[in-house]
Amino acid sequence: MTSDHAADIDRRVKIYITVFVALMALTIITVAVSYLDLPLPIAVTVALLVAIVKGSLVACYFMHLISEKKVIYAVLALTALFFAALLALPIFTVNDGYWIHE
Amino acid sequence: MDIPYTVEVRRDTGLTNGKIGIWLFLASEVMLFGALFASYILIRTGAPSWPRGDTILDVPLATFNTIVLISSSVTMVMAWASLMRGRFGTFRIYMGATILLGFVFLVVKYFEYSHHLHLGEYPSTNNFLAIYYTLTGLHMLHVFGGMVVNAYFWGPGAKLWKTNPVWFTNRVEHSGLFWHFVDLVWIFLFPTLYLL
Repeated sequence: MTSDHAADIDRRVKIYITVFVALMALTIITVAVSYLDLPLPIAVTVALLVAIVKGSLVACYFMHLISEKKVIYAVLALTALFFAALLALPIFTVNDGYWIHE
Repeated sequence: MDIPYTVEVRRDTGLTNGKIGIWLFLASEVMLFGALFASYILIRTGAPSWPRGDTILDVPLATFNTIVLISSSVTMVMAWASLMRGRFGTFRIYMGATILLGFVFLVVKYFEYSHHLHLGEYPSTNNFLAIYYTLTGLHMLHVFGGMVVNAYFWGPGAKLWKTNPVWFTNRVEHSGLFWHFVDLVWIFLFPTLYLL
């Protein structure tokens, strides 16, 4: 193992610990906000925003997506597209939903 | 015949086959959980009334489980980092901690389920509980599956370290990707089911 390689791993470990602290802090924030009894739309927005930030930290640093190959990004972009389409389906049912009921 | 591209990367993808394989599998998992999340949104928005999760579920217990699972993600990535440093003994400690934390998660979930079942709250009781049991049940199965794979690498699978350490490190990385995905799913499950 070269010294450059060892230094790179040491740098990564420091990042992992920082991300861990951030995830813990964000978990506490998520729970604390839920006790504020905010109106549902605001509560949903805040909870999902915090969850997106936490999820991004896990994906980017623990799953190394921040420095991944293009093929992986392409696979995930396609997945994100289909995932968004899947989550968008309920929207069509609340906004009239004529094409589902017909 | 040896399995191709376990250590050396393919020229077309720039990746080992295992790496691309696990990401394709995770993509299918995103769609699986995505379908269930979409169902949850559909049922919740279509219901005349919907209970807040914290009126039925135990938030402190779920918060504890969130901390447990996030901690297990850190120990998992540290297990991989230990192998990258060539420290097999440290890998065993971190991987053992990951398996143990997964076990703690399942034990807490067992008590949570037992409590609800004792109160007569079954999946058939209402839509909220049906979604709760389906999503958390499927997630629990993933935790269990990840633990089985991690236990294999901690135990009998670890002998590969002696003959082909790079391949073993890659395998642990792929197993870690699955484990982090399980953590990621819980990060979204926790607020949507317990807090909203």
